[in-house]
Amino acid sequence: MGQLTPARGNPLPAATANTAVARASEAPAQYLTFSLAGEMFAVGILNVKEIIEFGHLTEIPMMPAFIRGVINLRGAVVPVIDLAARFGGKPTTVGRRTCIVILEVIDQEAHSDIGIMVDAVSEVLEIPPGEIEPPPSFGAKIRADFISGMGKVAGKFVIILNIGKVLSIDEIAMLSGIAQTGEPLPATEAAA
Amino acid sequence: MDELTSVYIQECREQLAEMEAGLLRLEQMPDDTDNLNAIFRAAHTIKGGAGVIECAYIEHFTHRVENLLDALRNGDLAVSGELANILLACCDHMGSLVDVLAAQQAEPDAALSERGDALTERLKQILDNADTPAGASLTVADDDDASVESTGGGVVSNDAWHVSVRFGPNVMRGGTDPLSFIRFLGGLGEIIGIETIADALPEAAEMDPESCYLGFEIRLQTKAGKADIERVFDFVSDECDLRILPPQSKLDDYLRLIAELPEDTLRLGEILVRCGALTQAEVDRGLLAQQNAAEAAPEEAPPLGEILIDSKVVHKEVIDAAVTRQSQVTEKKAREAQLVRVHADKLDSLIDLIGELVIAGASANLLAARSRNGDLIEATSVLSRLVENIRDSALQLRMVQIGDTFNRFHRVVRDVAKDLGKEIELSISGADTELDKSVVEKIGDPLMHLVRNSLDHGIEPVETRLACGKPACGRVSLNAFHDSGSIVIEVSDDGGGLNREKIRAKAVERELIQPTDALSDSEIINLIFEPGFSTADQVSKLSGRGVGMDVVRRNIQALRGTVDVASTEGVGSTFTIRLPLTLAIIDGFLVGIGKASYVIPLDSVVECIEHRDLGGERNFLNLRGEALPFIRLRELFEIDGPAPARESIVVVQFAGQRAGIVVDQLMGEFQTVIKPLGRLFANLRGISGSTILGSGDVALILDVAALVRIVRQAEESRLLPPSSINTPTNIQIASPTER
Repeated sequence: MGQLTPARGNPLPAATANTAVARASEAPAQYLTFSLAGEMFAVGILNVKEIIEFGHLTEIPMMPAFIRGVINLRGAVVPVIDLAARFGGKPTTVGRRTCIVILEVIDQEAHSDIGIMVDAVSEVLEIPPGEIEPPPSFGAKIRADFISGMGKVAGKFVIILNIGKVLSIDEIAMLSGIAQTGEPLPATEAAA
Repeated sequence: MDELTSVYIQECREQLAEMEAGLLRLEQMPDDTDNLNAIFRAAHTIKGGAGVIECAYIEHFTHRVENLLDALRNGDLAVSGELANILLACCDHMGSLVDVLAAQQAEPDAALSERGDALTERLKQILDNADTPAGASLTVADDDDASVESTGGGVVSNDAWHVSVRFGPNVMRGGTDPLSFIRFLGGLGEIIGIETIADALPEAAEMDPESCYLGFEIRLQTKAGKADIERVFDFVSDECDLRILPPQSKLDDYLRLIAELPEDTLRLGEILVRCGALTQAEVDRGLLAQQNAAEAAPEEAPPLGEILIDSKVVHKEVIDAAVTRQSQVTEKKAREAQLVRVHADKLDSLIDLIGELVIAGASANLLAARSRNGDLIEATSVLSRLVENIRDSALQLRMVQIGDTFNRFHRVVRDVAKDLGKEIELSISGADTELDKSVVEKIGDPLMHLVRNSLDHGIEPVETRLACGKPACGRVSLNAFHDSGSIVIEVSDDGGGLNREKIRAKAVERELIQPTDALSDSEIINLIFEPGFSTADQVSKLSGRGVGMDVVRRNIQALRGTVDVASTEGVGSTFTIRLPLTLAIIDGFLVGIGKASYVIPLDSVVECIEHRDLGGERNFLNLRGEALPFIRLRELFEIDGPAPARESIVVVQFAGQRAGIVVDQLMGEFQTVIKPLGRLFANLRGISGSTILGSGDVALILDVAALVRIVRQAEESRLLPPSSINTPTNIQIASPTER
């Protein structure tokens, strides 16, 4: 990965240079942290488009509980996912600090926006890759494939979410199909 | 690619489509000269354009085709099936050549040029065969002085006919257009030079716009004889002054022509030079010599030719080729002036903007109504009416007639019928039905599948047809019409129809249904739209891969449409496609339940009635003697809160069915800009999309047909024994929300 090339030309002591390179080669080191049902979570900052106050939301009937509805984001209709419900917990109750974080996900080579409901947004943190542990195989109470890593922040663990999995459009569309018809759809239709 | 080339490619495609249509007609009506001329014109336009953009390979090939067409037109060749086939193949080849040009390749690849060479060879053979017997009448152009009745003077170094025509003032009053003669003349051969003589044109004040004051000097390169050229002007022979000089005419003849024509001699000389008939030196010397001779001996002019030969006037110079080329460019079609070509993207962005305008207008209306300021309300209502008009005309811009799409199938039907050895004719009706361009583009493939299916499986072989007492020639019909806010396209055939038993057996075999399932006839035949279903015993190259029908349904559903089939065994089948007129903006009817608002497409709304709670669990009411089933949206959508004391029922109609929808509030008409809900909601039934209200809230658009289906299925699954409800859930029509 070209680790040697920049290190050679770098005037810094070898040890510092190596960590700097290691950090640069790893993807984003900045994360947005937020709280949800008493737990701290984080998402890569590059996925976040904006954070808006929880406002008027239009519910979509005949959908699973974790699809809260849609909002009008400056003329675009954006779906909002209730993360707590998506993780299998109770639907989020709307409070004073409830926010919608608009995330950009890549779906079939096109970008689409999805909002997630969170109890409160905390801060943007820099978590060095060295401080990120692999997810535990169980015990986090959410699906293991939703977690991309466990970040250590001030001695506590923050769950770094794998947005691609949590907001997988294919999976959500399939789940909503099941919710509506009460039976799984043929695979072809779910993919289409 | 420069603009000229892209315009040319566009034009070529149109001309080729015209040419193909013409060739197909040619088979049926070989004697229709108008049609033949139209084909010729199309080929000629393509060739001319190719010359302008300097695309040699198209020009060469088209030239060969044109030669053959010319022979056809002159009656040297008879139209035959084989000939039509070759010409259609040529037409296809020209299409491929245009594709090459569009792909900006320098020249066609080896395979394509090989095909082109083979076709050229065929054309040549046919022409050679035809030339031998008919050649005699055409020799004028090819032979030397022998057949030219000119005396004296040197031969002018030009191998083209010279046509000099002065139209009489009444030509246009007689309903003929001088331009059309020239265009027709261009059809005979190639006009290599043309000059307009406008000398007779009076002062603007005295000019009568209905009179024709024009004359033309034309250089025409053609194999046609003098009689053919004269025939072009037959219509106006009384009204015009026509002079024709054969190729290789003597200078004398030109001089005589100059003398005979009414215009000033010097100016005429200039014109002849400009249109390439003579060189300046020839004219000068010729005129000078004539003048001298006239002065010297007014009674007896010495033979001009001798003078000219003595002074060696006969030049081999060629007039500047650029003049010739320019005059070709000016040969343009008049109808183009009435059309403006607009890039589709521009239209799309216009529609998007108008969508935003409609939303913004709605919010302005809302604010005005809240302000209770009369003047403001007045102003905004005028504004919203105008916006509505703009919306309608903008959508109209994208509307195209479905005829072009339908006409493509003439060729398909012809080719497939030939392949299959069946006799099939295609009849088209409702070709002028208009629908959104984006829909037209996407409907081509599903239609192609359906038509091919009808050709292959629908129409029986000739023997079977005769045995059933049907005419030997099968018939496939395409029909289109508007029906309550949607467009309906029908593909029908008078073939064998669908065999219900066979379909049933196949469906059981493929485990689409259980052998015990009780299905209605229409449910059975609609099984053919299931994935992996094909009843063809043999897999042919046309269909039978079992993907067709399922793809058809999916493509049509992607356009928010539905497809159905009705069939009577032995009589034929009809596939009915229902599509929304537009994918962008609809007229909606806004209703409210609790805090939420919903839009029902206005086209499907019949009436609104007050709903008094009739008590009981039954979900139907007596509407003027008719039992009208209704849906309680509040229950279906699980909306919290008690229903208000007074509810309303919106009566909707779709595909011949009626149903009521119980809502809390009626909020009136609403221009609805459809915002697709995205792939996340791809499996959502009953909601076809969303829209943004004036208040900024999002409202959902109801898909009435799907809602009714959901309720009916839910009820069936509650009331019927479990085994018999398998299939309806499979054949339910999805309502994808993306466009």
